Amino acid sequence: MLTMPIPDSGTIERRAAIAADLRRIVPGEGVIEVPSEMRAYETDGLTAYRQLPLVVVLPETTAQVSAILKYAHDNAIKVVPRGAGTSLSGGALPLADGILLGMAKFNRVLDIDYENRCAVVQPGVTNLAITRAVEHRGFYYAPDPSSQIACTIGGNVAENSGGVHCLKYGLTANNVLGIEMVLITGEVIRLGGRHLDGAGYDLLGLMTGSEGLLGVVTEVTVRILQKPETARAVLVGFPSSEDAGKCVADIISAGIIPGGMEMMDRPAIRAAEDFVNAGYPLDVEALLIVELDGPQVEVDHLINRVSEIATGNRSMTLRVSASEEERLLFWAGRKAAFPAVGRISPDYLCMDGTIPRKRLPDVLKGMAELSAHHRLRVANVFHAGDGNLHPLILYDANDPDELERAENFGADILRLCVKVGGVLTGEHGVGIEKRDLMPEMFSEVDLDQQMRVKCAFDTQGLLNPGKVFPVLRRCAELGRMHVRGGQLPFPDIPRF
Amino acid sequence: MSAIIKPASEQELSELIAAASGPFELIGTASRRNLGRPMQTASTLDLSGFSGVIAYEPEELILEVGAGTRLADIEALLTANRQQLAFEPPDWSALLGASHSGTVGGLVACNLSGPRRLKAGAARDHMLGVRGVTGRGEIFKAGARVVKNVTGYDLPKLLTGSHGTLAALTSVILKVLPAPDTEETVVLTGLDDESAVSAMSLAMQSACEVSAAAHVPGEATYLRLEGIAPSVAYRRDQLARLLKRPVEIMAETSSAAKWRSIRDGAAFASRSAHPLWRISVTPSQAPLLIRTLRQSLDIRYIFDWAGGLIWLEVPPSADASADTIRAAMSGGHATLIRAPQAVRASVAVFEPQPPALAALSQRVKDSFDPRHILNPGRMYREF
Repeated sequence: MLTMPIPDSGTIERRAAIAADLRRIVPGEGVIEVPSEMRAYETDGLTAYRQLPLVVVLPETTAQVSAILKYAHDNAIKVVPRGAGTSLSGGALPLADGILLGMAKFNRVLDIDYENRCAVVQPGVTNLAITRAVEHRGFYYAPDPSSQIACTIGGNVAENSGGVHCLKYGLTANNVLGIEMVLITGEVIRLGGRHLDGAGYDLLGLMTGSEGLLGVVTEVTVRILQKPETARAVLVGFPSSEDAGKCVADIISAGIIPGGMEMMDRPAIRAAEDFVNAGYPLDVEALLIVELDGPQVEVDHLINRVSEIATGNRSMTLRVSASEEERLLFWAGRKAAFPAVGRISPDYLCMDGTIPRKRLPDVLKGMAELSAHHRLRVANVFHAGDGNLHPLILYDANDPDELERAENFGADILRLCVKVGGVLTGEHGVGIEKRDLMPEMFSEVDLDQQMRVKCAFDTQGLLNPGKVFPVLRRCAELGRMHVRGGQLPFPDIPRF
Repeated sequence: MSAIIKPASEQELSELIAAASGPFELIGTASRRNLGRPMQTASTLDLSGFSGVIAYEPEELILEVGAGTRLADIEALLTANRQQLAFEPPDWSALLGASHSGTVGGLVACNLSGPRRLKAGAARDHMLGVRGVTGRGEIFKAGARVVKNVTGYDLPKLLTGSHGTLAALTSVILKVLPAPDTEETVVLTGLDDESAVSAMSLAMQSACEVSAAAHVPGEATYLRLEGIAPSVAYRRDQLARLLKRPVEIMAETSSAAKWRSIRDGAAFASRSAHPLWRISVTPSQAPLLIRTLRQSLDIRYIFDWAGGLIWLEVPPSADASADTIRAAMSGGHATLIRAPQAVRASVAVFEPQPPALAALSQRVKDSFDPRHILNPGRMYREF
């Protein structure tokens, strides 16, 4: 089990006074301190971890967010920002001595600007609601994490969320034009806007994916795109994951960037087919869904190319969607893969490493060995185009030994991803889940530099502490030059 | 003339920076030395030794190169593999008085993108990883050789466009993408600024996947289509119907040449004494800004990015008309990309920031370079 920072008992003892102070900023029902009512906030999508917050506050205006953060800053109280709480890495896990800052009431679409192809929304608007607001004009918001019906755009910015279409259309970072945010000091700043590229340092790029450690987003301007004219999908079964992986590499080498390209292994295919009857072949080791979008003439051309490439890579089955219904059916199985696995196991852990695609066979082989070693089953779904692997580890949370084995198994998988040149997380974030694995990927110097950036935003370390970084150092400690024995390093080098 | 030091390894670079008692100007091949505020440092760090391809895996869409690698070499390598840097890196050598298009490290440090930025994103959107040395002399890395990664802060983006003020980059990892099979440009003539921006907006709102949209006043309005030939032909017809105006078509070769000239600001290369600005605005506001500026200035300009980018050339003056331009803007930012050294030393080359943001930027600078050793004053006077 992961440990969190030791709660400050002095802060916990002041709970009632803190709640009263917060009520002066957010009157009425916007402050919650009764444990039974705070229960809804005790966990996020990483359900193995639960913690009641010190107090919950639900502001409605940027001025209130600013006043809350300034209050927390002046009184050295920790703050955990939260959108819809769908994080799979524990990014929104509360702290016993921390204010939980819920942004759910920031739920308005402020402006839709078709002329400049952008939408200005509050951070509590759900990802899907943005598309819903613009689809009558044929537009959509491109990043589509699988939780898009529930997850909020503010959370998407915090986590730099992806989805099945991000190989072609980019992650959140590539689709956000601007934000308004509040620093822990209460200062409100704007980065970017309806224009392209910010002035000065790319703090917008830095904020995106910073997991709530640098500031609280209070407004987001996103790019909206016209929907492709048409989309069709090819469903291909292969006798081995090597063949499927080779097919993916050949498609990209042929200069084709599909709108989506997903792979599933045999256990995932079986679970999904049993759940939704998508018509998946059950005698294949790997299944590939390749979606091509764009003008009809282009899609027809690319479908033929992809079919040829698949056939050249020993495909056992190949179906091209003949209708929109059939295309959606192909996707239904993939999109239901997580709940489908949920049906065959009491609990599952969803991992999120990215690997160089060519190493897929090695990683799958290593994972099979780890599965035997940890005595737990694993099913794999894979954003094949961009190398983002989602192994689902099946376990029973009622058995503490199984939870521990599942976590160890997950950590071993991520170590394997790093070992082959990949990374710990492609789209779910580090949170608490992968926090202690950060040294697998980064040296102490690398991590210290990231923490110094954190210090530039939050000197006291009050925003979302315990997440992302395995060891939190005090900013004063990080600020020092490495002076040993009263001398700068390399004293023998000539000075200029 | 300052002393030029050319480290041969990251270790040597690290030792040089850690031991330095005074600031460095960082250069690759110095092709963008005239971009930004001028500096006077006793020493220059020449990073062109960090050159060469470290890894190129076309089917993984990644390219890792030494920061001192020449852009022209990278483009030749990618072209041979029918791939490209999708953000369309510009060659400003003619604008900046350089002999060639410079190094990839310089390109990244300046976050320069061409016409396709509108559709494909900026240089920063294609940055996957970096290695470098901070102002503390520490060798660090961020990002990785994969196209999708959210592990830790996105320092590759932060370093892109930081003009060498945070770290000396030694290598970068870039996302590379397939080059289109072919291209065509749909040309509209006779449009004034307002109707040109409206036409470009209409085109961008369609499903025609316009990959570049520019308006050259008095010349024409250009909309580029890229992809496989049958798709380009289909979208060209769609676009012509949508625009409800007679259009001309530029075939592949002339289309490519036209966009290269827009990308590189070729129209502004000849009058080198005239200050040149790049102004990023909300596209629909571009015509009004131009109308306002015309009341007091004799200007030449081009709209790129469907109006979102204005190239603006103004008559020579002590402040390059900075106050007039910034007073006329509502939002966005203006960067002075060409002016005499004395002018760049006295006016804000980069858009001034409100106090809270300026203070935060300085803290970020200090987090990498607390002694202000690297390119001090290049972006802002204060750091």
